[in-house]
This record gives sequence, structure tokens and C-alpha cells, in this order.
Amino acid sequence: MKPEEITDFVYDEAWMLDQGQFHDWLDLWLPEAIYWMPLNWNQQDPINETSLLYEDNFMLRLRVERLHGARTFSQKPKSRCHHVLNRPRIEEVSDDEARVVTQMHYVETRLDEQMLLALTVRHHLKRVDGKIMIAGKRVDILNCDAAFGNIQLLP
Amino acid sequence: MTDETQQIHEVIDRVIRPEQVHRDVYTSPGIFRLEMRNLFPNSWVYVGHESQTPNPGDYITTQIGDQPLLQVRHSDGEIKVLYNRCPHKGTKIAIDKAGNTGKFFRCPYHAWSFKTDGCLLAIPLKKGYQGTGLEGTEAAKGMAAVGSWHNYRGFIFARLAREGIAFEDFFGDSLSSLDNMVDRSPVGSLTVAGAPLRYMHRCNWKMLVENQTDTCHPMVAHESSAGTAVKIWESMDKTEDTPKPPAMEIIAPFMSPYEFFENMGIRTWPNGHGHTGVHHSIHSDYSAIPGYFESMVEAYGEDRAKEILGENRHNTVYFPNIMIKGPIQQLRNFIPLAADKTLVESWIFRLDGAPDQLVARTAMYNRMINAPTSMVGHDDLEMYERAQEGLMADGLEWVNVQRLYEEGEDLSQEAVLNGTTERQMRNQFNAWKRFMIGGAA
Ligand code: FES
Ligand SMILES: [Fe+2]
Repeated sequence: MKPEEITDFVYDEAWMLDQGQFHDWLDLWLPEAIYWMPLNWNQQDPINETSLLYEDNFMLRLRVERLHGARTFSQKPKSRCHHVLNRPRIEEVSDDEARVVTQMHYVETRLDEQMLLALTVRHHLKRVDGKIMIAGKRVDILNCDAAFGNIQLLP
Repeated sequence: MTDETQQIHEVIDRVIRPEQVHRDVYTSPGIFRLEMRNLFPNSWVYVGHESQTPNPGDYITTQIGDQPLLQVRHSDGEIKVLYNRCPHKGTKIAIDKAGNTGKFFRCPYHAWSFKTDGCLLAIPLKKGYQGTGLEGTEAAKGMAAVGSWHNYRGFIFARLAREGIAFEDFFGDSLSSLDNMVDRSPVGSLTVAGAPLRYMHRCNWKMLVENQTDTCHPMVAHESSAGTAVKIWESMDKTEDTPKPPAMEIIAPFMSPYEFFENMGIRTWPNGHGHTGVHHSIHSDYSAIPGYFESMVEAYGEDRAKEILGENRHNTVYFPNIMIKGPIQQLRNFIPLAADKTLVESWIFRLDGAPDQLVARTAMYNRMINAPTSMVGHDDLEMYERAQEGLMADGLEWVNVQRLYEEGEDLSQEAVLNGTTERQMRNQFNAWKRFMIGGAA
């Protein structure tokens, strides 16, 4: 994979989320990919301890469908989000695979509230049938152990 | 009765009726202060679990209402519950969530030091106090201990007040829910598994406690999460033996019909405790985990093992402010911070001696249902916050908890009723009223 392809992918994904194109976003994911958001700093075990998120395709799809549901009361009115990215750092790369880490600021807003989260986002990318896809994503929130209100969209 | 007690009686009498409560119990900062001064100190309140402080010197910082506390393992092996406050000028002794202090606590301000049972050990330049009468002050006694505390099968509860109801009298037969959760370990003990979820709610703590036995809301409020999950599953191309996503097992039962919740039953005990899921619950149909039943049979014998695992108590509320889920080994602590602000901590436990898959399922439940990032949590919090705002409406003053109410209801007796009754909420308010005016009298 070329460095520009990888960084473009990371920027495009964030843009998609900010535009609310959640169904397109789902299409970026490989079927066995997991979205992990640890509850603890440097958490190692996603299975036997609680995480904020540890979701497979079914759960991500549920999340997206729910955002559009007629009786999703916590999304009336809807939330909006906004990502600001540092330049992604490519940590490993081969022809068909890459690992890249990106520092981001994530803003989510609904009604009169706005929340800012600082994120370290790790993507595992694979090229499948010519297309770059997400094989796994880990999002560490800087203050992951703080007491939050609702975080409803996708950092 | 002093004038002040008289006044408190009047306020409390005004806001609680058998089948309705005044909105002030959720919105009034004055009533919140009274809860901190009377209700919490006079009740037995959850502090922490002994597995968080396994070795001498281990401590955790915790709180009951607005009171900062330390749970610490003393050199004699016993757990003590102390106020986290230096007797000199008030500095909090420990600030991190957990740690080991060694043989003594040392205040970071002027280095007064204390044994792990709180006793004053040393003061630098002690001779400056000679002849000043320090020995007669409360400062010389060291860090203050809470009125009383009790370790029940690993769960530490405290009563802040020096005098008051005894632990067993407060909980009575409701301890059967804690027993069942602990008995699910083949060796009869639990260990906290990792950090708790911490979720800030801009609403009154009692809304959360009430919601634990509110069985008329899941199919409505959670249609967006559980209902959508069921819809997606049904729309998927699948054959007879397509494995269900593990998430479905946890989330789908939230969409059970009213009938399911009516039939599952609610049991209430005196002093505000009670549980849903007497006959079955949303936890009844979890798939078996290989090797677990066998290890339970080995530990308890087949009949007893079946009896333990046959209990599917859904939510057990321990008045005033925790809920436990035996079948999923979870404890939720609803910590009041202000009339309209509550910190929710959701803890999970490993069943000692049981397969890892059990704690994995518990962790999944916790993040799917109780996380600030979880869809089910979003459904609930939205309702609490709308209620907190809606209660400001001056057109109506009362909150109705009348469902399946009968005049003359005797809350001093254990009872089992239709699972959609609001009796447990009335039970909580009945206890609330009694403890707000100074104890269980
Ligand atoms: S405040 Fe603790 S030693 Fe002075
Ligand atoms: Fe709920």
C-alpha cells in the first residue's frame, strides 16, 4: 500500500462519519473486523474486562440502523460529530496490509451540549479485491476512565 | 421532638403519599441535603468489594453520597472503613482510586501519620504540641472511622451513623440475592474484574434505582436498541443452524412482551429491598458454558447446583442505592452527587473457580447495556434526563407510582406479586421516609 492511499483512507473515513454517511462507513469494514474502545489506559484484555466498545459487524450494523430508527428517542434531535486529525503515522506496511495510528480530536454535540474527546486511533487495514478495508480499529480515549454522559456516535 | 426534627417530619410527610410522591423528592436541593444528612448515614450503604483490597495496606478511595471514604486492609487482615480526611486540616489522605499504603498512611500536607486502622501514629516536631491539650481533641484520635461496617461474603457495607439499625436487621432475607450471586462460584467467592464503567447522569439518583424494577419500559424505551437488533437478526439470510450473534442472547430479551414481565414476578422485602425475576427473567435463557455446570455439581452436589443456577433473579435493589444481578455477576452503584446529578458505577465480578467465558459474557453485558457508549444506556439516560427536565413543569406536582396498588398495602411484609407492579418503588419510598426521619424506628 502506498502511504497516500493509507492516509487518504483514514481522512476519508473520518469525513464520512462527520457527514453522517454511516451506511457507507459500514461498507468499509471486513466481516470479521472488530471495533474496540478500551475502558482503561493501555488495556490489554478486551474480553474478560469491560470495554467501552468491543463490537463486531452485527453490533456496528445495529448501531447504525438504530441511529436512523423511528423510535430512537435519544436521537431526537440527532447528534452531530466532527473529527480533526493529525497526520497519520504508518507503523507497518506491506503490499496488502498496513497499521496506522492517528491522533484526533473528536467533538460530539446534541442540543446545547458539546463534548470534546482526544483520541489515539489505530487502524489495521487490508486490501481486498483492490479495495482498502478496515480489518480492525482501536480507539483509545485520552480520559477513557472519566465519567462520561452519552457518547452516541462513533469516535 | 426538637423544632428541627419537627420540621423534617413535616417536609417528609408532605412529599410522600402511599401511591404518589411529590416532584420535590427528585428536584429539591434541600431534600438532597437531607438525604445526605439522614438517609445515607442511617442506612447500610455499599462501600466496595474485599477483592479490591486483598493485602495489608491495600486501600481504595470510595464514597457514600458526598462522604469521601477509604476502604483499607489493616495489618490484622481485617478491612476498615475510614473517612478519607486528615484530622489535622482536612486534606484527603489518598486521592488515587486504589493503592497500597504500606504500614501507615502519611498525610501529604504536614506528614501526620496514621496506622491503617486510622489511629494517630506520629506528628513531626511533636513537642510543639506539649502542654497545648492536643490529647483531648478529636484530631489526636486520628482518622475517623465510620459508625459501623460489615463484610458480607466479600461485600463491604457501612453505616455512617454511630447508632442505628444492625446490618442483619436492615437486610434480612434480601441477602439471599447476594448469597445466590456468590454461590454461583464453585468455591463461593467473587473477584472484581477490572475497572468499573463510570457513567454520569444528569438526573436524580432515585430515578435510576426505580428503573431497576420498572418492567413496563424495556419494550418501549429499548425498542430502538433491542427491537432493532431483533429486526436485523430476522432480516439476515440464515439457515436453521446459523449461529446467533452472542449479542442477541443478551439484548433480545429486553424486547419480551408485557406478559413475560408480568409473569416473571417481583418480590419485595422490608426496608426498601426487592427484586424482579422471581420465576424467570431476561437472564434465564443464556446458553450453557462448557464445564461450568460440572464444576458446580462437584462443589455442591447436583440438587444444590441446580437450585443455585435455577435462580434467575433479574435486578435486586438493595435500598438505598445499589442493584445487583446474580445471574450475570454485576453490581451497579448509583452514587448521588446532587439533586440532579448521579454517578453510576457498573462493576463486574469473576466467579472464582469458574470458566473464563462467564466473565467474558458479563463484560459483554456490561459494555452492551451499561456503558456511556452503549445503545441501551442511551435509551435509558434520555428518559431520565427528560424526566428531570419535565418535573420542572409547574402544572403538575406529583409522580405516580400507583400501578397494582391496593389500599393498606403492608410493606413491612415480604410479598411476591405480578412483575409489572410498582410496589417495589412504593417500598423504596416507604423506607426512604422512615430513614429520612432518623432510622428504621
Ligand atoms: S493536613 Fe494532614 S498533616 Fe496537616
Ligand atoms: Fe432500561
